Amino acid sequence: MSADTDTVADSGESWAQARLAAALLAVDPGLRGVVLTARAGPARDAWLEYYKSLSDEDAVWRRIPAAVNDEALLGGIDLAATLKTGRAVQRAGLLDEIKNGVGVLAMAERAETGLAARLAAALDAEPSPVLIALDEAAEPDEGAPAALRERLAFHIDLSGVTLRDLETAEEGVTREDVAMARVRLTHILNNGAERALTQTAAVLGVDSLRPPLLALRVARAAAALEGLDEVSDAEAALAARLVLGPRATRMPTMEEPEDQSEAEPDTPPEPEEPDEAQDQAPETPDAEDDTDPDADDAETPDELTEITTEAARAAIPAGLLARLEAGLGGSKSGGAGKAGAVRKDALRGRPAGSRRGDPGGGKRLDVLATLRAAAPWGKVRRRGMKRFTGGPALEVRREDFRVKRFKQKAETVTIFVVDASGSLAMSRLAEAKGAVELMLADSYVRRDQVALIAFRGRGAETLLPPTRSLTRAKRSLAGLPGGGGTPLAAAIAAAEVLAHSAGRQGRSVSLIFLTDGAANVTLEGVGGREVAMAEARDAARRLRGAGHAAIVVDVSKRGAEAAQGVARDMAARYVRLPAANTGALVDIARKAAA
Amino acid sequence: MTLAFPFPAIVGQEEMKQALLIACVEPRVGGVLIFGDRGTAKSTAVRALAGLLPPIETFETCPYNTAPGEPAINGDEKARGAQVSKPTPVVDLPLGVTEDRVVGALDIEKALRRGEKAFEPGLLARANRGFLYIDEVNLLEDHIVDLLLDVAATGENVVERDGLSVRHPARFVLVGSGNPEEGELRPQLLDRFGLSVEVTTPRDIEQRIEVVRRRDSFERDPEAFCEKWAEAGAEVRSQIAAAKARVAGLDAPEPVLRKASEICLALGADGLRGELTLIRAARAMAALDTTDEIEIKHLRAVAPSVLRHRLRRDPLDEAGSTARIERGLEEAFAG
Repeated sequence: MSADTDTVADSGESWAQARLAAALLAVDPGLRGVVLTARAGPARDAWLEYYKSLSDEDAVWRRIPAAVNDEALLGGIDLAATLKTGRAVQRAGLLDEIKNGVGVLAMAERAETGLAARLAAALDAEPSPVLIALDEAAEPDEGAPAALRERLAFHIDLSGVTLRDLETAEEGVTREDVAMARVRLTHILNNGAERALTQTAAVLGVDSLRPPLLALRVARAAAALEGLDEVSDAEAALAARLVLGPRATRMPTMEEPEDQSEAEPDTPPEPEEPDEAQDQAPETPDAEDDTDPDADDAETPDELTEITTEAARAAIPAGLLARLEAGLGGSKSGGAGKAGAVRKDALRGRPAGSRRGDPGGGKRLDVLATLRAAAPWGKVRRRGMKRFTGGPALEVRREDFRVKRFKQKAETVTIFVVDASGSLAMSRLAEAKGAVELMLADSYVRRDQVALIAFRGRGAETLLPPTRSLTRAKRSLAGLPGGGGTPLAAAIAAAEVLAHSAGRQGRSVSLIFLTDGAANVTLEGVGGREVAMAEARDAARRLRGAGHAAIVVDVSKRGAEAAQGVARDMAARYVRLPAANTGALVDIARKAAA
Repeated sequence: MTLAFPFPAIVGQEEMKQALLIACVEPRVGGVLIFGDRGTAKSTAVRALAGLLPPIETFETCPYNTAPGEPAINGDEKARGAQVSKPTPVVDLPLGVTEDRVVGALDIEKALRRGEKAFEPGLLARANRGFLYIDEVNLLEDHIVDLLLDVAATGENVVERDGLSVRHPARFVLVGSGNPEEGELRPQLLDRFGLSVEVTTPRDIEQRIEVVRRRDSFERDPEAFCEKWAEAGAEVRSQIAAAKARVAGLDAPEPVLRKASEICLALGADGLRGELTLIRAARAMAALDTTDEIEIKHLRAVAPSVLRHRLRRDPLDEAGSTARIERGLEEAFAG
């Protein structure tokens, strides 16, 4: 029973903190907003309701769908009004409308980098909107885009909050409290909190300087809400817990601030003595922060830093340690770096301008571009239809039609073609297998597929058809034999077939050949260096025609001319990799696909 | 108009500041690329530029910022009004901008109302003789990138669309910033930037605290903060103005030219563009430094920014390009 009450108390505490964050955001909208991790449900609704009850009554609230297009986001020409008045009438975009208001980004975990960048730019502007990013991520690897997580002060997780918490929560802050705090806010003194919070951020491995800045604002807003004139320990601790803890990328050790603060600044900032007579503010959750500070911190340079770090430690996400141990790092890169080739002519995705063509078959008419195309002809065409008085102001003909184009990120397939001939075979194959497995390990997130063709003896064999399944790959790669001649032409041909079929499924293909290029088995499967080489070069040229991205990784000890020649014929990039190195190979493959 | 964070108040990030100053003094270095982590004052620095640049002489209602002595774009000398001085334009190119807005397009209002074909100038016209800033340049749509490259190379915007045929000068310094985590920049675009700097978050804790402190006091009271830094800003401004006046008269002595070639060869930087940019940047550096001629130390100071993005890619070298260039320069200058 006691365990039961414990969890209830815990989730009640996190609900109280979430509400406190809402109040602080209402006091200082310069905190930019919150990433709210929760499924749709009563807790999320209750939080939004609570925040709404505290924020400005006349603030504009707008919902931003994750798939919003630029037209809606940034505004554009209002067609109806333009035609009616004959003047170009601009329509405000969502970002304009929420300039002093609140944007609620639905399904933030699905927001693309492009959308995130536009929102980030709006958040950097002055005045900035308040953004509430609703994150419904189910997997730990997903999450709101890093560019937004960085700028929004609070990262709140409501998933543990129970119905009972919602019902039993105490009366919170009122709009009057918020109004009074706002008046106070401009005069609150930092009282050395900026130093402590910056140091704590460094200790937690938070690299960017925005978080400590946001934490400082949180501390001031909290002090204002408490009716204080300066930031006290309790508010600094609260800020560290709310803002810095959830961003930690490593577990704090107390050594670092000691080391680093030895370098005294030119102008030593006189840190005012933290008020000893500081009463624990009754409302702040600091009261439950009774984790014992480490006993071995005998000499800490800054008491406040210790307090803030300890407070932040309590808020470090539970999974961080596990993630660090798994070598994943604590930072979410938010789908960084890698981008599949862009498919033009898609029917959905990001808008990419428009082109002449008839609508229909899923293509959408771009009304504005169509009008624009028709506009210059207005006079000429009107002349031709003079007998209709009061005809249309603008005559649109079929040749004016413009349809919208979209682009969409395509899945990629990386095909490894591995030379399993001769003495190099075993180490090379092991390396390629390692690379395949490494790439597959995160391919689910990246939507990549990997395939492997090995060639030796008389021909080439597709050992692993394009797949995303790690288990499957492991199974079919186990026990692969090596040795024999080098049927390079057959391998290239096999790669072409595989690439072709993948390309037809709308995937973009990158090919990676691991070979020394020394072909000595012909397509017919008989020995003969000269014929084999000529055939290989022919095959390479054919492959070039297919236009896939390709890389030839030269695995010979000294660099082989033959491999260079094949690379040239294929229009492939040529890379030397004389020593087995799985990591470098994965790197090459990623760059090829990017 | 909201106040921008003052340039001299930016803590550290010396290479970035230097590169931007060079671009102010010598626009022909061909643009600055700033790549780096989040929260490292990239955008802040660029937005602060506007406050440092001397005004340009142009015409009151000329949307193309034509200089005195240049003919009016549409041939209508009267329409562009009297000669005035305006602040050097620093134009933002927002992500998701349409091609129409960049190059200019048919003026839809005039077309609809009067059935008239008129050209509405775009951002390229506004940026003429100034700066064009692209935040998150690596996320820019490909077709816009192509277009920018073309215009930046020729200094002229040629519009042939919607039944319009217009050409106007568009000479601007391209400044791009981005976070490499969000995606790499296409090599074609990379090469077009004269200078490239990598910014990293400061490691020194006191410096970090100072950053937070300054930024915080700026956010709390922008006016007072700018007031406090006004004098330092004026100093930089006059430094730039003086350097601009001096830069054309600075010679590159033989040993400096030789050294520049040696460095480029030693580092394997492709093409002559690197060498040319190296000299130009060093010249701007010498002008800022108020020395009488370009010295070796100026080369040394600008070499990392000029050559960083021109190194051949080596997928096997684990070290970042900054480490590689420093290593190479140590060797080149030791001899």
